[in-house]
Amino acid sequence: MTIIKHELKRGLKAFIIWTACIASLLIICVFMFPEMQGEMDAVSELFASMGSFTEAFGMDRLNFGTLVGFYAIECSNVLGLGGAFFAALIAISALTKEEKERTAEFLLSHPVSRFLIVSEKLAAVAVQLVAMNVIVWLLSVASVAAIGEAVPWKEIGLLHLAYLIMQLEIAGICFGLSSFLRRGSLGLGLGLAVLMYFLNIIGNITDSAKFLKYITPFGYTEGADIVASGGLNAGLVLLGTAYALVLIIAGYAHYCRKDIHS
Amino acid sequence: MNAIRTEKLTKFYGKVCGIKDLDLVVERGDFFGFIGPNGSGKSTTIRTLLGLISPTFGSASILERDIIKDRNDILSRVGYMPSEAVFYNGMRVAEILSFSAALRKKDCSKEAKKLCERLQLDPSRKVEELSFGNRKKVGIVCALQHLPELLILDEPTSGLDPLMQWEFFEILHERNRAGATVFLSSHVLSEIQHNCNRAAIIREGRLIACDCVENLSKTSAKRVKVRGKFNLSALSGVRDVQPLSEGVSFLYGGDVNELIRALSAEHIGDLTIAEPDLEEIFMHYYTNGGEAR
Repeated sequence: MTIIKHELKRGLKAFIIWTACIASLLIICVFMFPEMQGEMDAVSELFASMGSFTEAFGMDRLNFGTLVGFYAIECSNVLGLGGAFFAALIAISALTKEEKERTAEFLLSHPVSRFLIVSEKLAAVAVQLVAMNVIVWLLSVASVAAIGEAVPWKEIGLLHLAYLIMQLEIAGICFGLSSFLRRGSLGLGLGLAVLMYFLNIIGNITDSAKFLKYITPFGYTEGADIVASGGLNAGLVLLGTAYALVLIIAGYAHYCRKDIHS
Repeated sequence: MNAIRTEKLTKFYGKVCGIKDLDLVVERGDFFGFIGPNGSGKSTTIRTLLGLISPTFGSASILERDIIKDRNDILSRVGYMPSEAVFYNGMRVAEILSFSAALRKKDCSKEAKKLCERLQLDPSRKVEELSFGNRKKVGIVCALQHLPELLILDEPTSGLDPLMQWEFFEILHERNRAGATVFLSSHVLSEIQHNCNRAAIIREGRLIACDCVENLSKTSAKRVKVRGKFNLSALSGVRDVQPLSEGVSFLYGGDVNELIRALSAEHIGDLTIAEPDLEEIFMHYYTNGGEAR
C-alpha cells in the first residue's frame, strides 16, 4: 500500500491536468449539441456524404442529429484519444521512471519484493484510470442533464465502459513493455496509442483491413457498433484483455529478474 | 558468524567483466574497508550483494542468508547507502525519510530526528534543492535510521566536508560498538586506515588482498622524496625511482631504520616521507604477484 500511495501522490498533478482537460473538452462538446441540433439536418447530410471519411468515424451508421449519435462520435475522439494518451503515459513510465530518474536503487534496496513493487505500481495505474473515467463519466452525464436532454444511461454507460477497458488494455500493454526498457520512452507509449487509434480508422475505411479490429483496442470502442448492438463485442474485449495480460505477465517475469543499473 | 560471505562471485555485463571469482569474508562486528580505484568492481560487488543485479556465477550470503532466496529478509537487516544519492524530486527530506521507514514497516522518526540533528540536515528542505553533500546526508540517515545489523556504504564520505566526515565516522563507530557490522567501500586509503580493522583490496574485478589493516599497511611501501644528493644503491626494497629536478623520488618497501641510516649518512636539503597513494599501493601488490603476503 505504501507504494500505491506514493505513486498516487506523485502522479496527482498530471492526473488532475489530464482529467480536467478531457472532462472539459467533453463538456464543451455536449454543450455544443443544442446549437448544432438546429442545423443538424444539413449537417447530418453533409457528414453522411463524405465517403470514406464518414465511414472512418462510423458516421454512416449513427445519426448525428440525436444526442446518442452525436455523443458516440464526439466521445470517441475526446475520451478515446485523450484517455488512451493518458493511459499510455502513466503506464509506460510507472516502472521506467525509477530507472530514468535513478531512484530505482533507492526503492529496490528496501525490503520490498520486486513482485510487490510491480503489483503496486500496476494497481496505482489502474486506480488512476478508473478514477479519471468515473469523474469524466459523472461530469459528462451531469452536462447532458444540464442541457435539458434525457440522459441515455445505457448507451453512455456502455460507451464509457468500453473506453475504460480500452485504456486499461493500452495501459497493460505499455506497462508490460516498459519492463523491458531501461530508460523508458514516453514516445513509445504515445506512438503506440496513436498507432492503435489509426489502425481502427483504417479498419473502418477499408474492408480488406477489417482484421485490424482484432489488434487495436479501439475496435471495441466503436460508438456505432455499441449503440446499434446495445452491448460490447465480448470477443474483441476478451482478445484485448488477453493481449494486455500476456504483456503484463511478461513484464512481471522480466522485471523480477532484471539487473538494475545505477 | 559471517556478516558477508561470497564464493566465486562473478558478474559479467555482457562480455565485460565486473567482478571475477570474488571470495570475500566479513565477520560480524567487523569495521571492514573495501578499497579499489574507480571501476574496480566495488559497486558491482555491493549491488550484487543487495540483489540489484544478479550474479553470473557463484554465490553469496549476508548474515547467513542467501542473497537471492532471502533477499527481503536481508534487506530488512541491512542499511545501504549508494555512492550517488538520488531521491524523488519534489519531496522533502522528512517525506523521503518517512517513505523509507514506511517501506520497512517501521517507525524510525525518533532515530531520524537524532541523526538529522547530528548531521545538521534540515528535514523540511526539498531534496532537489540540496547540495551534493547534503543529499549524501539524506542517504546516510536512510541507511542508519532503522538501526540495521549490517551497514553497506558505497563511498560514503565523498562530498562531505571534513567535520561531517568526522561526525559520520563517530556515528559509525558508535553503531559498530553496539554490535553492527560496517562494510564501507572507498578509494581514500587514509579513511580505511584510520577507521577499519579489516580491509580488502580489489582491482579489475579481482580481490588482490584481504587482511587486517595493520598487515596491509605494513606491506605497503612509503613514498620518499629527497632533495639533494642521495645514493640509492645501498638500499634494498627501492622501486619506481623518479628523478626530481634536485633530487629523487622513490617507493621504499624495506626496513625504515636502514632508510634513516642511509639518509643520515648524506647531506640532504629536504625530505618527505608519505603514504603512497592508492595507485602505488596497487603497484606494490602487483609487483608481489598480485597476492598479499
